[in-house]
Amino acid sequence: MSAAAPSYVQDRHTVRSWLFSTDHKRVAVLYLIAVTSFFFIGSVAIGVVRLELFTAAPDVVSADIYNRAFSLHGVLMVWFFLIPSIPGVFGNFLIPLMIGARDMAFPRLNLASWWIFVAGGAVTIGAMIVGGVDTGWTFYTPYSSMFSNSYVVLTIAGIFIAGFSTILTAINFIVTVHTLRAPGMTWFRLPLFVWSHYATAIVMLLATPVLAITLALVSVERVFGIGIFDPALGGDPLLYQHLFWFYSHPAVYIMILPAMGVISELITAGSHRRIFGYSYVAFSSIAIAVIGFLVWGHHMFVSGQSVYAGMMFSAMSFLVAVPSAIKVYNWSATMYKGQIALHTPMLYAMGFVGLFVIGGVTGLFLASLALDVHVTDTFFVVAHFHYIMVGASVMAYLGAVHFWWPKITGRMYPETWGRAAAAVIFVGFNVTFLPQFVLGYLGQPRRYHAYWPELELLNQISTAGAAVLAVGYLMPLVYLGMTLARKPDAPANPFEAAGLEWTVPSPPPRENFAAIPRVENEAYDYPTPEEEARAAHAAEQAGHG
Amino acid sequence: MAEGGVHPHAGHFTTERQHRRAGMLGMWLFLATELMMFGGLFMGILVYRVSLGEALNQASRHLDMMLGGANTAILLTSSAAMALAVIAGREGRRRAAAGWLGATVALGFAFLAIKGVEYRREYAEGLMPHIGPAFPFEAPGMELFFNLYFAATGLHALHLAIGIGLVAVLAVRIATGGIALPGRAIVPECAGLYWHFVDIVWVFLYPLLYLSAR
Amino acid sequence: MTKSGHTQDGMPAAEARRQRTTVGRVFLALLALLALTMSVTTVDLGWMNVAVNLGIAAAKTVLILWYFMHLREEGPFLRFFAVAAAFWLGLLFALGLSDWMTRGA
Repeated sequence: MSAAAPSYVQDRHTVRSWLFSTDHKRVAVLYLIAVTSFFFIGSVAIGVVRLELFTAAPDVVSADIYNRAFSLHGVLMVWFFLIPSIPGVFGNFLIPLMIGARDMAFPRLNLASWWIFVAGGAVTIGAMIVGGVDTGWTFYTPYSSMFSNSYVVLTIAGIFIAGFSTILTAINFIVTVHTLRAPGMTWFRLPLFVWSHYATAIVMLLATPVLAITLALVSVERVFGIGIFDPALGGDPLLYQHLFWFYSHPAVYIMILPAMGVISELITAGSHRRIFGYSYVAFSSIAIAVIGFLVWGHHMFVSGQSVYAGMMFSAMSFLVAVPSAIKVYNWSATMYKGQIALHTPMLYAMGFVGLFVIGGVTGLFLASLALDVHVTDTFFVVAHFHYIMVGASVMAYLGAVHFWWPKITGRMYPETWGRAAAAVIFVGFNVTFLPQFVLGYLGQPRRYHAYWPELELLNQISTAGAAVLAVGYLMPLVYLGMTLARKPDAPANPFEAAGLEWTVPSPPPRENFAAIPRVENEAYDYPTPEEEARAAHAAEQAGHG
Repeated sequence: MAEGGVHPHAGHFTTERQHRRAGMLGMWLFLATELMMFGGLFMGILVYRVSLGEALNQASRHLDMMLGGANTAILLTSSAAMALAVIAGREGRRRAAAGWLGATVALGFAFLAIKGVEYRREYAEGLMPHIGPAFPFEAPGMELFFNLYFAATGLHALHLAIGIGLVAVLAVRIATGGIALPGRAIVPECAGLYWHFVDIVWVFLYPLLYLSAR
Repeated sequence: MTKSGHTQDGMPAAEARRQRTTVGRVFLALLALLALTMSVTTVDLGWMNVAVNLGIAAAKTVLILWYFMHLREEGPFLRFFAVAAAFWLGLLFALGLSDWMTRGA
């Protein structure tokens, strides 16, 4: 190594310098630590649930504890893992590098967003410690606003605070991409990871405030008695549901769009091919973000909502599947005749594509009005969204962790352990959730701590799968943690991938680039199959000559 | 850490134009979030108008349309004062800018004072939820209207109070030279954007809450 | 720095005067619209009352956005962002109200 600038890791060592750094890379690492912690707490919560569901009879915990356990699981996983994970860790770390900038547009707001996130998390964990909520993560009124005897307002306060973190992150992403792209980095040369995060930021920006006011109104009803959802006064609980889902459906796109951005990077690098249909994938991200705002009523088909509104929402829900499908086709086409490297990130990416398709197609079942009447509020829904949230999003997150681990920490992950963990997770995940489609179809309701004895075997299989999945999640925690004991020795570009982040050392220096690059290549500047064949032929000639 | 330094806070921006563009875009994006937040409340007002229309109209007649109108005029005047402050800021006229900002603050306080008068009267008539005398009207939906009214005007007043605080601090810092003008004119500009936004929210709240057919 | 706090590189006085005049005119227009909206209330037009009042509120908003919030000076890009959220809110209203408007139909 030449006497280059110190890496962002070496640049000052105090705890203070890490906690108060405005360097987007350090903020990303802070997010990594925070979201990992919340993930494990949320996992323990669902461990309680799966343990109870091992037997048909309610014999492990009381109904009340059961309700609080699944509520905690939902609250933590949705707001404190899925939404912040990829944007907070990888969006923050990579966007400036990918666009050729030295930092985000508002570095201090970036740091503030992390502190606000942690504050929100602390309040929520505090609420959990004193007893938590039993309303489910959806806080439906009038139960949440008038009748629940749990810590609704405190939990909402934590979520409300964390919402500001999301909004600040969104503002930063949008302004950064608009104003700080390096010379020559046009919109259509951006990595698709950036397009995904831009689309995500739009959704975060427009949806999160609606959640804020909705939850605030629930709190205001509980604390000040200013009831606007109270049926006795003429209030309509469906107003709450419309407002809640106006945010919460786009929220699921906040959870999947960044993952899709990761997959575009992983598949192109793992296939050593440029993406098939770049602009289609880019515009699909925008389309998903926009259409995703028009479908929320599909959560309310049996709520008493007008049937005509239901029909409209059903049609829109079918429409939103189209851009997602376009992406799946394009990822698959990218892999065709590619130089497939079956390293860990690629395994996660391929797992993503398969599991995302299953999750997406079962979403279409749920979007059909008549089918939904049968399976709504059953484990079918639970399985559907876990295929997307866990089978897709979490696997994309883990793929990202491995792919960019050398860039972030300067150490390469152990390939054998990586592949093993990916396999364990894939198997554990499917054993857990595939039976739940059947259980839901057979009528097992969600959020119940007991069920018909005939369903016990499938539930036991599911719980066993959860145990395997847990092992799979612990493995990277251990082997990646162990890499930190080594000295950083990873090369700048271990995967021979395209993208500006791979042109800087691993880990990058504080200022990212010695000089702001001037971009001349298109995105994913990998050789085409023809170019590769010509190069191989030329090498062969040279060898013979 | 400052690089290509156009100003100590410019950090990694390379031109002043880029820095300004980023700041303005960021501010408008923030206002977008505020609009969506108030939007949830507006949705409630609209929905109940459709489902409970007549009761809401009846209840709305108990609000003082003239006081509300006076408040609207006050806020519009404060916006004009804010706009003049921004112009002075762009000119670099420190004292004029601080003065107009002070006028904005004073008008903001006047709004809150009138709001306080209204709230006191509403408390006395039992229109407030959970405190004071019992709600006096029987017709379903009337109490809901007042709950909406208090939620909406309360949230607005909270935003106005925050705005008053920000503008007051800004006035002091400009008067004492802490914020250099016209170099940092973008600061009062951004404060102005927030202030005008709060005004726009009231511009819609007034007719929706006070001006049903009488 | 002169006594009144001028710096040398601020907006020229003539331009400032023009802008202040504009502020004055817009302010008067806003007050006129307020008077209009309050007087429309005295006439009973049924549901048109709400429509007219909201239209007047929209007109006031456009004036405030264009002149006070300087959208007149900004490029199309920023103007787009300025109104995008309002459009989005419209989606919430339209699609959400479609439920109530078609119930029991």
